[in-house]
Amino acid sequence: MLNKDGIISLAELAPLIPSESRLKKGPVAMAECIQDIPCDPCVLACPRHAITMKAGITDQPHLDQAVCNGCTLCVASCPGLAIFVVNMAHAPRSATVTLPYEMLPVPKEGEVVAALDRSGKTVCEAKVLKVMKSKVYDRTLTITIEIPKDLAMSVRAIRAGVKVGRK
Amino acid sequence: MSRKSEVFVVGGGPAGLSAAIVAAKLGARVLLVDDNPMLGGQLVKQTHRFFGSSARDAGIRGISIAEKLRMEAQAIKKNLVVQLNTSAVGFYGEGEAGILTPERYEKVTYERVIVGTGAVENSLNFENNDLPGIYGAGAVQTLMNVHGIRPGKRILMVGSGNIGLIVSYQLLQAGVEVVGVVEAMPTIGGYLVHASKIRRLGIPIMTGHTIVSANGDLGVTGATLCQLDEKYQRVPNTEFEIICDCICLAVGLSPLIELFQQASCKMVFVPELGGLVPLQDGNMRTSNPRVYVAGDASGIEEATTAILGGRIAGARAFESLHGPSSDAQKIVDDAAGELKSLRSGSTGNRIRWGRERVTQEIASC
Repeated sequence: MLNKDGIISLAELAPLIPSESRLKKGPVAMAECIQDIPCDPCVLACPRHAITMKAGITDQPHLDQAVCNGCTLCVASCPGLAIFVVNMAHAPRSATVTLPYEMLPVPKEGEVVAALDRSGKTVCEAKVLKVMKSKVYDRTLTITIEIPKDLAMSVRAIRAGVKVGRK
Repeated sequence: MSRKSEVFVVGGGPAGLSAAIVAAKLGARVLLVDDNPMLGGQLVKQTHRFFGSSARDAGIRGISIAEKLRMEAQAIKKNLVVQLNTSAVGFYGEGEAGILTPERYEKVTYERVIVGTGAVENSLNFENNDLPGIYGAGAVQTLMNVHGIRPGKRILMVGSGNIGLIVSYQLLQAGVEVVGVVEAMPTIGGYLVHASKIRRLGIPIMTGHTIVSANGDLGVTGATLCQLDEKYQRVPNTEFEIICDCICLAVGLSPLIELFQQASCKMVFVPELGGLVPLQDGNMRTSNPRVYVAGDASGIEEATTAILGGRIAGARAFESLHGPSSDAQKIVDDAAGELKSLRSGSTGNRIRWGRERVTQEIASC
């Protein structure tokens, strides 16, 4: 349970997971933000207006999967670091996850890092495909990693600069 | 030596600084004192990005908000005098205060005072809680984010409110190992996105647990924790030790209210606002018509609401001296609208109840 240990449960996660057919089409965002907190930068970050808050600033973000094209601009805009972009159509066996990163060291593109699930457990290794820095992001990096497809809904963090053991 | 000001502002944090900027821009002569060497209050160590409305500083780091407010204050060439390294040490009589500058003790006379003294960190009772290596979360943030000093190598965080969660994250950023976050309540106190972001980096969050003792002779070498039942009683035989060299207490804040008491402002105890706070009329004016309140001193919230409350206090203090002003009214209306939306929804319930109580009770006194 999220409010007991900080890990979003499968039941809590279910409504956030994009449909099978949408996932097949390519990258799409997941806003893992299920609490009524006063915060709205994601709404303004989306150039396609795919994220809305109906009941004002303390509403949870509602993401229109059909409108979202997975551009990743919302990822670094979230002060809670709770938005991820998943691309299941990346390759036959692997998917990509784009996540926010504010730690040191900063991995290089091509580097292999540890991929962690929502509990902080290392579940696989990940190849860093892209490291995006932008002045607009104000020192929050957006990093795209490649991981096995079956772990795309589990991996939500990376640890760089550590030895990653082969499975 | 004596100084005269129309509006005397105590505290250069987000609330006091915003109040001073608004009052000075509207045309009041303002003196602002702060006991720190730099304006910005707690914002100077808030390296994380803020929540709130995109219309006002959301997504911006606290340190950048402090910089923005400082620039805004500096741009006001007349009307605003800032005196740093200076404490307001007491209120005397009607419209008189004592301040202690680095050079001397001085008297300040004022028509209105806006008190934005902020808050003080709560401590916690447990065995050995005076061992070296036990810090308040504010001290840890100051050491790390202002002075670049790591407080320890392995730290235990006590308290899972937003401060405990955010400081844990900042400790990770600074390369400190966080061995866990302990929380007495059955659920996490702060925003769950903050909890998730430290949890997925491997920090366990132990709800329903408390710290029994700090262990060590000359300094912290560990902590003994145990489980709590639903009535917050220790569950026997559940003690275990966790190895750490530092314990950080993030167990809430209490408004810093001595100056209101010296000014004979009527006070009320509101648990939702962090303790004893001055009654105020919704426009931040206390029961002493010379005295306004802003920021955490009016009830524990956060920096964005402190800025908005400060803007209201500054505008209303100006109007009470110079008469109604449409510019001031607009500032108040805008700020009140923003506050209403920030405090809406379920996470704002407690704050809303507390605020309503403070403003309702003043009507009856």
